[in-house]
Amino acid sequence: MPQVTLTVNGKSATVEVEGRTLLVELLREKLGLTGTHVGCDTSQCGACVVHVDGVSVKSCTMLAVQADGAKVTTIEGLAAADGTLHPMQEMFREHHALQCGFCTPGMVMAAIDLVNSNPQGLSQDEIRHGLEGNLCRCTGYHNIVKAIDAAQGIMHAPAAE
Amino acid sequence: MYDFTYQKPATLAAAVAALGAEDAKAMSGGMTLIPVLKQRLNKPSVVVDLSGLGLSGIRVTDSAVVIGAMTTHITVASSAEVKRAIPALAALAGLIGDKEVRHRGTIGGSLANNDPAADYPAAVLALGATITTSKRSIAAEDYFQGMFTTALEADEVITSVSFPIPAKAAYVKFKNPASRYAMVGVFVASGPAGVRVAITGAGQGGVFRHAGFEAALTANWSADALKGVATSADDLNSDIHASAEYRAHLCGVIAQRAVKAAG
Repeated sequence: MPQVTLTVNGKSATVEVEGRTLLVELLREKLGLTGTHVGCDTSQCGACVVHVDGVSVKSCTMLAVQADGAKVTTIEGLAAADGTLHPMQEMFREHHALQCGFCTPGMVMAAIDLVNSNPQGLSQDEIRHGLEGNLCRCTGYHNIVKAIDAAQGIMHAPAAE
Repeated sequence: MYDFTYQKPATLAAAVAALGAEDAKAMSGGMTLIPVLKQRLNKPSVVVDLSGLGLSGIRVTDSAVVIGAMTTHITVASSAEVKRAIPALAALAGLIGDKEVRHRGTIGGSLANNDPAADYPAAVLALGATITTSKRSIAAEDYFQGMFTTALEADEVITSVSFPIPAKAAYVKFKNPASRYAMVGVFVASGPAGVRVAITGAGQGGVFRHAGFEAALTANWSADALKGVATSADDLNSDIHASAEYRAHLCGVIAQRAVKAAG
């Protein structure tokens, strides 16, 4: 069986997988990181979004073997060691950007990538379009957009001197 | 998904050799192949990952934009060089799927798959691009051979695509609002290959050129020139999203928008 070595949330892991094992299966079933969800399993809903080498991908549509040597960040890897939430998580809480919470990990991971890749800032309309790969079946989009809008201000703020 | 042997060759020659195995399948970004495997619509013995061959990158010359086969959609969409040389091509890449798909999906994968509603085939055909493979160079008009069918042989790997830089070009896509695949996508171009109009998403046989639109635009490059030029519904798709007649109507509407966008 193929062996995959990757760094997940800063920790190195070496795991035996099958050729067909998906990255999301590796994360959830081999590493116990169940914060990454499987919603549709057809690359549409975005509940499984994680970062691979710094960019958002749908982990249900990537083989674990394709992540060999990669750095992966999941929702569990966002908060600081002392429990301080990432600004995007904090703003999701502040703005009540979740109802049932199922889509939230993927939304947060996609939103962080969206903000990171748009340092010039995004309008609310651009945020809505930027989330086209993520579905919320509670239809809580309005507060999700508000949370991302608020988080981009914090994430792009110049570091305090 | 049925299990398979995974291989990630480090050279083009090794990839070609691996693809010579019975029921071997090439994988670039996997954005179509992995969903197909999940549905057990395909049962490869070997999946050959092409990501170790150094086939990604963009090179712009005075007359052409050359894109490596493994270049992702997001790279093309955000490339300052492509935006300057062929802005319509960068814009097209930014319309494919969603951002997560654009981070993984590649131009070579899209063209090798030749989905009848894929975006890149319209650009390749309208711009008269040349597809370079591990064996040869293939002109766009010889490459597309019907739905999910191309001139590629089983052990032939696309290495790059060269797009001649046009004087004017634009791509307008009428998206299915759920899948974001093109219900009708029209790429219009005026350049070294003459005036060309390529339509994706509409035809039963995949991407096609519209002779009536090309003749009208060659005589008079304006959206008005397309008014009243007929599109036959005979060979167009009818499905739950749109009838063939509706798609035929959309071809004219979207082509006019594309000509306006091209200026």
